[in-house]
Amino acid sequence: MKLNELTLKESLDALSKKEIKLEEVYADLDLAYAQKNKQLNIYLSKNEDALTQAKKLTDKPLRGLPIAVKDNFCTRDLPTTASAKVLDGFRPQYESTVTRRIKENGGVIYGKTNMDAWAHGSSTETSDYGPTLNPRNPEHLPGGSSGGSAAAVAADLAIVSVGSETAGSIRQPAAWCGTVGFKPSYGRASRFGVAAMASSTDSPGPLAKTVEDACILLNAFAGPDEKDATSNQEKAPDFTSFIGQSIKGMKIGVIYQDVKEIAKTNQKLLQELEILKELGASVEIVQAMDPHHAIGVYTVVQRAEVSSNLARYDGIRYGQDRSNFGDEGKRRIMLGTFSLTKGHADQYYNLAQKVRTLYLENYRELFKKYDVLVSPTSPSYAKKVGASFDSAMFGELEDMLLEASSVAGLPGINVPFYRDDESNLYLGASFIAPMWQEGSIIKVADAFEKNTKWNSWRNR
Amino acid sequence: MSVNDSQVKHIASLANIPITQAESEKLATAFTETLVVVDKLKKAGASKVKPTYQVTGFKNVLREDLVKTEYSFTQQEALANAKVTYQGYFVVPYVLQNKDN
Repeated sequence: MKLNELTLKESLDALSKKEIKLEEVYADLDLAYAQKNKQLNIYLSKNEDALTQAKKLTDKPLRGLPIAVKDNFCTRDLPTTASAKVLDGFRPQYESTVTRRIKENGGVIYGKTNMDAWAHGSSTETSDYGPTLNPRNPEHLPGGSSGGSAAAVAADLAIVSVGSETAGSIRQPAAWCGTVGFKPSYGRASRFGVAAMASSTDSPGPLAKTVEDACILLNAFAGPDEKDATSNQEKAPDFTSFIGQSIKGMKIGVIYQDVKEIAKTNQKLLQELEILKELGASVEIVQAMDPHHAIGVYTVVQRAEVSSNLARYDGIRYGQDRSNFGDEGKRRIMLGTFSLTKGHADQYYNLAQKVRTLYLENYRELFKKYDVLVSPTSPSYAKKVGASFDSAMFGELEDMLLEASSVAGLPGINVPFYRDDESNLYLGASFIAPMWQEGSIIKVADAFEKNTKWNSWRNR
Repeated sequence: MSVNDSQVKHIASLANIPITQAESEKLATAFTETLVVVDKLKKAGASKVKPTYQVTGFKNVLREDLVKTEYSFTQQEALANAKVTYQGYFVVPYVLQNKDN
């Protein structure tokens, strides 16, 4: 077996037992990169100095292993474009907190991954540098906006990767690429140095081959940061401490079974959730607030925050001028501007924030009875290349099952729960818990993953 | 509600986004399509609910008012990505212009 196909946990264990060498890991990874990257368009830039840097980090927790990072994280030594022409040629003069901590913990940034331009999308097709293709089936999209980071993991072009989510941008591409995607609570990981999209929901998080790998990486970068006033000042827990725990007696609510559009996906998920019952958890169907309203909430809040955040790109201090925005960027900035203008702010922006309150109240009620809620991550399998251009609302519809949890700041994990034999495409389950209660979803997601046959690395 | 071409041009000028006539027409259609979905929020029964602008509940997050050189740019770093500089300054477009110039 090639060493780039190992999980992060397996790689760390093998390195510490001296069964493998870093040089061999990088040699196998470089070979896979040479074979696949051109076709799949996963990396926008590659760290040519990776192995040299890695050899100096062997005594740190991540032992010099290669990690892919979404291109909206500022990195001093690699270009940072957020897949947008406006940032062509930009070289950050400072480092994002997430990548700085990964480096301090012995991770090496192997390269920067493609994404929807400015993270505006759920396809990676709106990238100004061309779409990324789904490694499981290249006729299909990887999802997005962290599509490059999900594809990097699925194609074994990274041991583990970093993405960011505003509403679905980690979990949805993870579902479409058949990987794990972990969006921690809003405020758990610092937004400092991440190209801002919607500041009230932007959350960095890991994409990985297993839930355990995601926890190992999240340990390296989560926690308080005085450079981000919305980061939780409490010390983050050791996320790996929830791995391998019993879920006996845990109460799991299955939501969105009443959503007609996803009947087939729902049915498959319900069957697979029998596993949790066998492990001693209670699993029951419960009605949650209609997810369709969350599409409107997210659309308004996201665009309003985008119009404010992207006002800074004037091409004077860095980057190119505002004529370089792509179609999607223009649409979002302008609709946001519209929703904040006098006369429309109450009708749209304030109304959306009121409906957001209803979702928070609904979750508060549901979590009185349940430890964890679960639903499909995406309505169905990865869509075909080109699909995102059919509707101005493509992303919002593909992420409709995740938006409510995002605007509420909840932590969520995607775990693959089914693979279609014919297309080789995956379906994913989304586990969510109350804010700051990552431990509950880690326990359930880890137990579920280890007992399904659908994790392609655990079941090689 | 629907959005027309002249509204789109007004928004474009507010947002400082240069657009062509063809783009303006396309954007009017896209905005109308999006607002059809957004307008459904009126049926969510939220008119008397308090809005939520942020979810962490943190209030008045402050730090000591100290200069930290490790957080600061040197002049050289600040100017490193600017296309046009003059004697250590950013060059910006005119906002006010003397009519004799």
